[in-house]
Parts: sequence; structure tokens; C-alpha cells
Amino acid sequence: MTEVPETVVCPGCDAVYGRTPLRPRDVARCPRCGTELDRHPGEQERRILPLTVACLIMFAIANLFPIVEIELQGLRSQTTLAGAVVALSAEGMSVVALLVLATTILFPFLQLCILAYLLVPLSREHRPVGFALLVRAMQSLRPWGMIEVFLLGVLVAIVKLSSMATVVPGPALWAFMALTVMLTAVLSFDPGAFWGMAFRPKGEEPGEEEKGGASA
Amino acid sequence: MKKLQGHLRQRLGSLAAYGEHYHHEHEADAKVPTAASMGYMACRHCGAVWKDAEEGDACGRCGTHLHTRKPQSLKLTWAFLIAACMMYIPANLLPVMITRTLFGTQNDTILSGVIYFWVSGAYGLAAIVFIASFLVPLFKLAVLLLLVVLAQRGSTWRRRERAKLYHIIEIIGRWSMLDVFVVSLLTGLVQIQGFAVITAGVGIAAFGSVVVLTMLASLSFDPKLTWDSREDQAILQDHEEGAQREQRLQGHENRDEKPA
Repeated sequence: MTEVPETVVCPGCDAVYGRTPLRPRDVARCPRCGTELDRHPGEQERRILPLTVACLIMFAIANLFPIVEIELQGLRSQTTLAGAVVALSAEGMSVVALLVLATTILFPFLQLCILAYLLVPLSREHRPVGFALLVRAMQSLRPWGMIEVFLLGVLVAIVKLSSMATVVPGPALWAFMALTVMLTAVLSFDPGAFWGMAFRPKGEEPGEEEKGGASA
Repeated sequence: MKKLQGHLRQRLGSLAAYGEHYHHEHEADAKVPTAASMGYMACRHCGAVWKDAEEGDACGRCGTHLHTRKPQSLKLTWAFLIAACMMYIPANLLPVMITRTLFGTQNDTILSGVIYFWVSGAYGLAAIVFIASFLVPLFKLAVLLLLVVLAQRGSTWRRRERAKLYHIIEIIGRWSMLDVFVVSLLTGLVQIQGFAVITAGVGIAAFGSVVVLTMLASLSFDPKLTWDSREDQAILQDHEEGAQREQRLQGHENRDEKPA
């Protein structure tokens, strides 16, 4: 088994291409099926760690404070995301509760933690324990984190309730909005890029590595 | 830069770089060198390309098992798809939300929720919920069915459009979870005993399972199957038979070794 260098196989249609160096903001797409093959990493590498930390803080606020509060005939009721999960499981809907727990709390939290864990030592050019496993986990978790869908769900629920009771948005709602925006930026970072980063010899810039690879 | 690219292209011989298009009358049907026909295997996680690799070998870079196509792709996709179709019926017929107020009890299904929004004048919201909860799952089921059937028959009909459809269902699939989140939040929030209590209905469990099952179906479908030419299919079949023969041989060896 030998590695074929500087080659890309389209994950959408199996076509084989030679790797071309990309300019900033370039995206390479397969001319046959349109699947994205490669993307210039840009400045993302440097921005992604602070964004991840900011996301974790927002995530904590979004989960610790109530999302909305309703007032009906002088009676008040409020809930956090975890509160909704608990209410669901108390009604015997534990499967749905588990699904909500996984897609809105567990998976996004895991994604952020893995990302932080991988990025901190990478800036010092060494690979943390369990690197391969965690990068693969990042890639597998990707479709299952659904914070942005949950946010839309909250907005729909608020409109639904507004005819019935007075709805007061809680601090977590704003945190969820900020989290959605930042998370979109963080998750647009392709975990596949970790392989390139980890293999880069010390002190070399990403552009130099590509040139070095082509002229070798 | 030009020189560099030229050098690269020269080195790669007949391989086209992805910057240039294949200029043929029917671009999608043009003959393209594929990994299967060249005996390459690409890692689905890290993208490294390997030559002379056996089916199931570990990728030398990240350790993922290498496969030319996702193993059992069509069988798994069919299984998830059929299960999703079955759950789609209770998901739409059973109540997803039960509202108990002073004025009585109200059972809401997915569609009655949409109708409620429409009647109360929230047309935009009605449209969002109708699209995310009703049209998207239906569209996903129909598209996956089409993709699996055509891939199974080795059809070359409109492959570019089929690839596009696959991209679309990969992106929009998650948004069907909308109703599950709406119901969970309302269940957690509206618990004012004696005035108004909202509980989740069985329908939401069925609905959630439709979303998860269709997502699993689209994840287990291998889009490469859409593009396999007759030659590729023959090569892949050889691979598979070879792998099976090897497995059987290994099984025999193991059995022979046991008594010794």
C-alpha cells in the first residue's frame, strides 16, 4: 500500500484529479458532479480558536438561563433547554428527550470541546493524544448538531404562544442567536484540514508547504 | 505559478487538474479517470489516496478502514428508507402536541398546526413550518427512493441533476427537526397547572424517527454509485468477489488451525 501524493478523489463521483494550489477564497469543485473538493483555508486557522472559546461561553449562557418566560393571568412559567428535556422525559417521551438532548446540547458541546482540545496543542505544533479518533469523531458529529434549527424552533414557538400569553424572551434566547452565528463560522472550518495542519513541518507557512510539495 | 502548475500537470500525466473542465459535449457523461478504474482508494475521512490497497485496510494516515464504496450502501439505504416511509404515516396522523386549557383539550397534528398558523394570519410562519415539517421529509423520501432505484439499475439518466439532488437533501434534511424542537420547548414551557398544560403526543416520536431515519439513509447512500460506469461496476464486483473469496479462505484456514 503506497500513498499517491498530490491527488484528490472526488467524494461525490470517484473522479481523480491532480491537486492544484488554491488562491485565498478559492473553492475547488468537481466539474463532473459539483461536489466541493478543496477550499483555501484562509485566515481561519488563526481565528478559529478564539471563536471556539467564545462559542463555549455563549453555550454556557444559553443553557444556564431561561430561554423564554410566559405570563398567563398573573401566573409565570419559564424554561431552559435542559428543563424542556426533563419535561419531555417526565412525560414518558424519553426517546424524543434523548434526541433533543443529543442534537442541541450533547453533540454541539462535544464538537466545541474536541475542537478546543485539538486546536490548543496544534498551535504549539504537536499532536494531542487521540488525535485521529477525535478528528474522525468531529467529522461524524457534523450533521447531528442542530443549534440553528433549534433557534428557528424557539422563534416559531414564541409566535405560537404570543396569541395565548405574554411572552418575555430570556437572556438565553439572545445567547442562542449569538451562538448560532458564531457556530456557523466555527463549523464551516473543515475538520479534514487538521490532517494538513498536523503534518506540516515546524515553522512552515501553509503556502510554502504546497509549493514544497509540488516541486519535490 | 504557471510554471508550477505546468510542472504538476506534467508529473500527473493524464490526470486533469480540477481547475480545468472537461470540454465535452455532455460534460457529465464524459469518460473520466475514476479511482476505481485506476486501482486507487481514497480515505473518506482524511482524503489521502492509496494505491495497491485492499478493501478494509486501515488508512496509513488516520486509521479509517478504506473502501472503494461505502460497504452495504444500497442495502442499508433501503432499510432506513423503508423504515422511514413506514414511520411517516403515524408521524402525520397521530397528534404531536396536546394542549389542555380551561376551555378544553386540543390535539394537534403536524398539519393542523400549519392550518392554525394560516387561519390566524401568520402566513410566513405557516409556510416555514409546512415546508420544514411536511414538504422536506416528503421530498427527501422521494429523492432517496429515486437515487437508490436509479443507482441500483446503473442508470446514466441525468446524473448531474441527481448529484445536485443528493447535495440538496444533505443540506435540508436537518431542518425537519424544527417541529420536534417546537413541541419540546412548548412542553417544557407551558406547564401552568389548572390553566394551560401542553404535553407532547406520540406523533412527535414518530416524526423524530422519520427525520433521523432519512438522515441515516442519506448518510449511508454512496453518491459515487450514481456515477459508476459499466466498467467501474465490473471492477467493483471483482473487488467484492475477491474480498469474499479471501474471507472464505481465511475462514477455512482458521478452522484448519483450530484442531492443531
